[in-house]
Amino acid sequence: MLRNITSLIAGGLFGAGLLVSGMTDTTKVQGWLDIFGAWDPTLAFVLGGAILPMMLAWAVAARRARSLLGSDLPGKPGTEIDRNLMIGSLMFGAGWGLVGLCPGPAVASISWGGVGGAVFLVSMFAGMYVAPAFRLRFNAMA
Amino acid sequence: MQIDWIWGLVGGLMIGTAAAFYLLVNGRIMGASGIVGGLVDRTGWGTWAERLSFVAGLALIPALMKPFLTAPVDTHITDNMPAVVLAGLLVGVGTRLANGCTSGHGVCGISRFSARGIAATIFYLFAGGLAVIVFRHLFGSI
Repeated sequence: MLRNITSLIAGGLFGAGLLVSGMTDTTKVQGWLDIFGAWDPTLAFVLGGAILPMMLAWAVAARRARSLLGSDLPGKPGTEIDRNLMIGSLMFGAGWGLVGLCPGPAVASISWGGVGGAVFLVSMFAGMYVAPAFRLRFNAMA
Repeated sequence: MQIDWIWGLVGGLMIGTAAAFYLLVNGRIMGASGIVGGLVDRTGWGTWAERLSFVAGLALIPALMKPFLTAPVDTHITDNMPAVVLAGLLVGVGTRLANGCTSGHGVCGISRFSARGIAATIFYLFAGGLAVIVFRHLFGSI
């Protein structure tokens, strides 16, 4: 039960940060990606600001065997830059640039995103549902 | 407009603090596409309550904050529905193939100097920038 409460707190703080930072505003996101237009630097501060506390957290995690609630901490990250990582990230980026929403802000803005926000979220769920089939196909290719 | 970067930094620090909290307390990587995707494709149903709690916080807290903000809040999402559907599908499939999005690869990956996180971020930023250039400057459609 406690895990669920701390999870709710983390999700809430994440959502609050996404709202405050401007990540839920598609014009700001597209303005940041638009390096040949009127470039908006805001999101560089968002990413930089988010990475700082997380660098400290990884340093703390490296000295601990378990999380505060007793579960295992994540293992070392994989190192293989494989086809799924490259193709998947290119697909994700194309969708992100096209409309300006990534998964976190899409969920965070659902209460005021209107029909467009709801259609985006349902389409994203559909994409997530069929993704394992894509993965199998990519893995089967020589 | 001039102080947007301050809000970006403040919001970014909140996002990073949420990710740090989730790592050190729950022992998990705060990746939006992984938390949501595991619910959608059933691979994460073993930890469904923790995931659903996170998603609830992510959707509810910004909704509760919104009335207290002085600036108007809007996603400014396009009303071009075919583009919204296509973008949602690309984001859904892409993030699951790549095993991460802006939060998982961008915030949590880069902060631990993960080669996969850094590579994924380069690929999705490249594709995102290209999508904005193509659809905004060549077709004028976003």
